[in-house]
Amino acid sequence: MKSKCDNCDRPATVYLTEITDGQKIEKHLCEKCAAAEGITIQANVPISQLLQDFILQSSESGEETLSMSCEICGMRFSEFIEKKLLGCPHDYDAFETALVGLLEREHEGASQHMGKVPHRAGSDQKKQNAMLRLRAQLTGAIAVEDYERAAALRDQIRELQKL
Amino acid sequence: MTLADLTQRAGEWLRGAGPLHDVVISSRVRLARNLAGMPFLARCGEQQQRELEKKLREDIFAANLAKGMFYVDINAACELDRQLLVERHLISRQHAESNHPRGVAVSSSETIAIMVNEEDHLRIQVLRSGMQLADAEDQINRLDDTLEERLDFAFHSRYGYLTACPTNVGTGLRVSVMLHLPALKMTGRIDKVIHAARDMHMAIRGLYGEGTEASGDFFQVSNQTTLGKSEDQIIEEFRSHTVPNIIEYERRARRSLQKRQTAKLDDKVHRALALLRAARTMSSDETLYLLSLVRLGVNIGRVEDVKLETINQLFLLTQPAHLQKTLGHELNDNERDEARAQFIRKRL
Repeated sequence: MKSKCDNCDRPATVYLTEITDGQKIEKHLCEKCAAAEGITIQANVPISQLLQDFILQSSESGEETLSMSCEICGMRFSEFIEKKLLGCPHDYDAFETALVGLLEREHEGASQHMGKVPHRAGSDQKKQNAMLRLRAQLTGAIAVEDYERAAALRDQIRELQKL
Repeated sequence: MTLADLTQRAGEWLRGAGPLHDVVISSRVRLARNLAGMPFLARCGEQQQRELEKKLREDIFAANLAKGMFYVDINAACELDRQLLVERHLISRQHAESNHPRGVAVSSSETIAIMVNEEDHLRIQVLRSGMQLADAEDQINRLDDTLEERLDFAFHSRYGYLTACPTNVGTGLRVSVMLHLPALKMTGRIDKVIHAARDMHMAIRGLYGEGTEASGDFFQVSNQTTLGKSEDQIIEEFRSHTVPNIIEYERRARRSLQKRQTAKLDDKVHRALALLRAARTMSSDETLYLLSLVRLGVNIGRVEDVKLETINQLFLLTQPAHLQKTLGHELNDNERDEARAQFIRKRL
């Protein structure tokens, strides 16, 4: 191995093998020259960065994917990538197109539940989402100290729970 | 039953009498559950988190899950108590260090611990001594059924039980087995086990789970995959494949050490015991290292006057929060090392 960069006198730390049309080209570059050729080497890439790259590479509309948001809890997909935590159960539907790939990557290629189903099988998705919406509104009402509206929303939540 | 009663004894899982206890310290299963129609915890406002905590606490007690169950309000607990719960594997480090309304319900035998408002609304845990995954699965399944009579859990026909982090979605089941692998470590074969486990989509961690390095001779092996397999399948992989293979590998390494390096091994074990019985100051790390050697000695019959249960208890009772609780006052690092050495001398 060479110890000097092909382009300058700095020590070469990046060894690149390119195969173009069956021709092998070896390059020995220092970090600076490598960066100039568009090759970045980062020793400790945060997981969120890796996930973001994965999203950007795995679909043509990567940028669009990152700006998706949940209509119920308001969580943006890029926020999820950063914190690795979803905002509400509806996010699984809201971000489905992008999440499936991530789930398959995490779970040995699977994206279909094969385990236990609750006896009550949960309340239906519509009711769950209505609940989520009301709760989000309730939080908003409390934040602006609109207690009248908060009380009305609480009543609605209670009614829905009884169904 | 209160937190203070815990200090003087070790939980059921440290009795040291469970199946395959020469290698398997404990078996743990946990389920992640969230309430339907509620945002996940991190997205809840403080008021909502408070209400959630109150509701879940009440429902856990109303469900009458176990005798002598008690609840610790983690937000109100002092740092030492929180540390104590971490050392006993009843709460996660994350749960101890967060700063929002949260708690844990613990059964008197400490086999059940239910964290309220951790990353998910509920984290139900069953902990058993030795290799008892099937029993633990049975128990946690019943707990889940009982709670489900009162609580509506977020569930999706395709993705199963919905969790705040997609790495837990599906079954929400995390199985962990804590293993004592001193011979594999000593013979340098542990890396092979770690690589093999990773190839099988298992995670290997240290004594205190997530975020702790697998250091010393104790390793926690747990499943990574929670979606696309049934609970039984996940447990069965552990029971009949992963764990038996590692046990066999460790036992073989122990036999080979005994055969080929008898004197050297004996010397190591008895030096460790002698140090524990004589030293005047002792750090946590050194204690862990020496106790591990003595535990190996007891298990292969080279040490006869020490009980396995005593060693298991010492692992727990010599940890910082336990030591300070037992002595009844806070200690600085140096005082702790002295107190630890004295405590060990008394017990051994």
